[in-house]
Amino acid sequence: MGKKVALLGMCSAGAILLGYVESLIPVFFFVPGMKLGLANLAVVLTLYFFSPRDALIVQLVRIVVVGFLFGNLFSIAFSLAGGLLSLGFMCLAKRYGGFTVYGVSVAGGVTHNIGQICVAAVLVENVRIIYYLPFLLLSGLVTGLLIGLLSHEMMKRLGGYLKTM
Amino acid sequence: MNRRDAALVVLVLIAALAGFALMLTQTGQGAQVEIAVNGEVYGIYDLDTDQTIEIGEKNICRIENGAAWMEWADCPDQLCVHHSKISRNNETVVCLPNRVTLTILGGEDEGQPDTIVSDASLENSFLPGYGETTSFLSTANK
Repeated sequence: MGKKVALLGMCSAGAILLGYVESLIPVFFFVPGMKLGLANLAVVLTLYFFSPRDALIVQLVRIVVVGFLFGNLFSIAFSLAGGLLSLGFMCLAKRYGGFTVYGVSVAGGVTHNIGQICVAAVLVENVRIIYYLPFLLLSGLVTGLLIGLLSHEMMKRLGGYLKTM
Repeated sequence: MNRRDAALVVLVLIAALAGFALMLTQTGQGAQVEIAVNGEVYGIYDLDTDQTIEIGEKNICRIENGAAWMEWADCPDQLCVHHSKISRNNETVVCLPNRVTLTILGGEDEGQPDTIVSDASLENSFLPGYGETTSFLSTANK
């Protein structure tokens, strides 16, 4: 139990750190909300090494801590919409979809962007924002594949090590 | 990566491409930019007139050469300021923290049939290297 709490704490810290690192890289300017989703790496790994419930805890801790450190209540609500939707779909994809970590990660990336654009459309009360959706689908796909690749490689290297603990 | 992963990737690609195709059929050179704050229209401005619009004290929008962009915003992320200039129908710049949106509108003739392209320009548009791309696009849209 103690080990698990420590490991989950590490995952949360990793997620928060990745979120911070990402905020330092201004990669995509073209569409608001386009980003790498590096923090999702920690969530995907938690989902695979532990359980959906633990992944939810890591996700919530990450969003709240990052939100209070670098954002505000507004950005927390925004992240929650994308973060919870994507985690929900990743759990479903992993449990029932028959996907590998690549498919799970892509499902997470894409649904994260869909969730965020919906909240954005509601917040600014402008449905035309939906015009960003094709860009966000593509970016979710690419970043999802990238995170999938990273998760796959890390699971190969960390999997055995974690089992011995 | 298994076959289901690949199927998902293809599915998302198709959805995105369909979205892009839909966008192409809807976009033409816009005539006006609508500025909205909190979903309420703040003002509608002609793209033909070069001007600078202060939106409250939080954003400044600039219109020049038929395109609009956000010149300044007081928010920390500056996403809207870095957004590319917009000039085509339905293109949007969003400043989420301030809930400000710039949206390009087609102007008064929105929803009306395209202007009829004269025979001369029609012929030109099919000659490689001649005719404006816009006239070719407007015929392709019909």
